[in-house]
Amino acid sequence: MIPSIPSSRFFRVSYLSYVTLFFVFLITPLVVVAAFSFNDALFPSLPWNGFTWDWYLGKGEPRLGLFHDDALLDSIGVSVQVAIVTTMASLALATCNAFLFEREQFPGKNFLYVLMLMPLVIPGVILGVSILVFSSTVANWFEVQFGYEIEALRPGLVLVTLGQFAFLTTIATLVISARLRKFDITQEEAAMNLGASRLTAIATVTLPFLKPALFGAGVVAFLMSFENFNTTLMLVGSDAPLTIAMFDRLREGSTPVLNAVSVLLMVGSACLALVSLFVQRPAKP
Amino acid sequence: MSKANGNFNRTQYRLGFFLLLAPIVLWLSLLIILPHIDMVLVSLRERIASRQYGFSFSNYTAFFTEPLYWNTFVRTAVMSIVATVLTLLIAFPVSFYIAKVLTGRPRIALFILCLLPFWVSELVRTYGWMILLRETGLISGALQWFGLADQPVEMLYNDVAIMVGLIYTSMLFMVVPLVTTLDSLDNSLIEAGYDLGGSSWNVMRSIVIPHAMPGIMSGCIVVFMLTLGNYLTPTLLGGKSSLWFTEQIYTQFITRFNWEQGAAFGILLLILSSLIVWLGLKITRQSFTRVMS
Repeated sequence: MIPSIPSSRFFRVSYLSYVTLFFVFLITPLVVVAAFSFNDALFPSLPWNGFTWDWYLGKGEPRLGLFHDDALLDSIGVSVQVAIVTTMASLALATCNAFLFEREQFPGKNFLYVLMLMPLVIPGVILGVSILVFSSTVANWFEVQFGYEIEALRPGLVLVTLGQFAFLTTIATLVISARLRKFDITQEEAAMNLGASRLTAIATVTLPFLKPALFGAGVVAFLMSFENFNTTLMLVGSDAPLTIAMFDRLREGSTPVLNAVSVLLMVGSACLALVSLFVQRPAKP
Repeated sequence: MSKANGNFNRTQYRLGFFLLLAPIVLWLSLLIILPHIDMVLVSLRERIASRQYGFSFSNYTAFFTEPLYWNTFVRTAVMSIVATVLTLLIAFPVSFYIAKVLTGRPRIALFILCLLPFWVSELVRTYGWMILLRETGLISGALQWFGLADQPVEMLYNDVAIMVGLIYTSMLFMVVPLVTTLDSLDNSLIEAGYDLGGSSWNVMRSIVIPHAMPGIMSGCIVVFMLTLGNYLTPTLLGGKSSLWFTEQIYTQFITRFNWEQGAAFGILLLILSSLIVWLGLKITRQSFTRVMS
C-alpha cells in the first residue's frame, strides 16, 4: 500500500493504471477544446478538416475570429473590470477581517466567525437571488419614498460586483488569516519599541510579511470572479461578462470561436498560475 | 499625566477596534443577512392585486402540491448525494497515491496536474464534455470507428452525462482536502498496523480512514454544496430534460418573473443544503469552523 510495505506486482500495476486513467479523464476535455479551436470547420465537431487560424484571426462572418469578434472582446473587458474591482475590495476587507479575528478578543467573536464563513455554504444561485431581491426592495422603497430611482440597485454590473464580493471576501479572509497566524507579533513590538507607531509598524513589518498571502488570495479572487457564473447569472443586466456571453452562445450552438476564447482563458490562467508560483516561492520562510 | 496618556491610548485602541469591526458588520448584514431575511419575507407573501401583497404560505403549498417541483427537488438532492459519493470513491485512491505512494518531485508534479483543470472556467470544462459526448462528438466517432456502433450515438442530454460533468467539476474540491489530511498521516502508523498483523483492509478501515475523516468530510460538504447549487453543468449537459432545482429558481425569477415562488424555492434549497451539511457534521462529530478552515 505504501512503498515500505511490499505489495503484489498485479496490485501495483493496476493501481498505477487507475491513476493514469484518472489523469486522462482530467485532461481530455481541455485538450479536446483546445484542439478544435484549430479545426477548419464551422462547428466544433468531427470530422477533422485540417488546421486553420480562422477562429482566432478570421475577419468576417461566418468565420469571425476571436480577435475581430467585438461582442466577445467587450465581454472580456467587462469581466476584467468586474474582477479587478472585486479583488481589490475583497482583499481590503479580508485584511481588516484577518486582523480582527487574529488580534482582537471580543464577546461574540466565535459567532461572528461562523457568520463570516456562511457565504461558503450558501449556493451561488441563492446568494445572487437574495441580493437581487433585497436590492430591488431597497430600490423600490427609495422610489416610493423619494421618487428617486437608484439605477445601481437594478440588475447590472454594480450588483454583479457586490454579489461576487460577498463570497470572495470569505475566501480571501481565510487565506490571509492563516498567514497572519504565523506572524511573530514580537517583530511588530520591536518596531514599536524602536519608535514606530502601531500603524507604521503594521505597514512596514506586518503587511510585507502578509504579501504572499495577499498575492495568493488576490489571484484566487481574480480568477474566481472572472469565472463566476452562478451568482453573476442572477444579477446580470445588459452588459454581459464573458461567462454569461459564452453561455448564451453555447446554448445557441456556436462556431469554434468559443474554443478560441477557451484557449485564451487557459493561457491566461496558466500565466497567472506561473506568476503566483514564482512570486510565492522565494518569500517562503 | 501617564493616566491621561493611558486613557488616550485606550480610546485610540477602541476606535481602531471599531474601525476593524464596522466593515465586516456592514458586509455581513447588507450582503448576507438582510438579503436572506428579505427573501424569506418575499417568499411568504402573495400578490393580491398590482403592487398589493398579503401574507400567505401559498408559495410553499404550491411546492408540495405540484409534483413537478417536488420531484425536481428530490431528484436534485439524490443526484447530488450520488455525485458526492462517486467523487469521493474516485478521488480517494488518487489522493492516497499522491500523498502516500509518491515522494519528492513526481508527487508535487501530479498534485499540480490535479489542480490544473480547475484554473480554467467551469464553462470551458463543460464545453469540453459537450464536444466529447455530443452526437457528432469524439466518443461517438470513436465508437463508430471501432465498429461498436453503426450510426452516431447521442450521449448528451441524459443523467449519466450530467453525472460525469458534476463529478469532473467537483474533483478538485475532494482531492485537495484528501491529499492534505492523508499527507499528515505518519507512515509509521500504517507500518505499525501491518506489523500488528492487520490486513490492508483493516489498516485502511481503522487507521487511514479515521485519520482522513476531517478531509473526507470537508471534501464531501463542499462537493455536495457545489453540486446542489450547480446550474451550468445540468443545463448544458442535461438539456431540457435535466430538471435541476436551480433551473426552477432561475425560471421563476427570470423567465416567469414570479419572485415570490422563486424566493420560496431558494429558501427550500438553502434549508436542504444546510440540513445536509449539519447532518454530515453531526454524524462525523466535526465542528463547522474546523471543517471550513
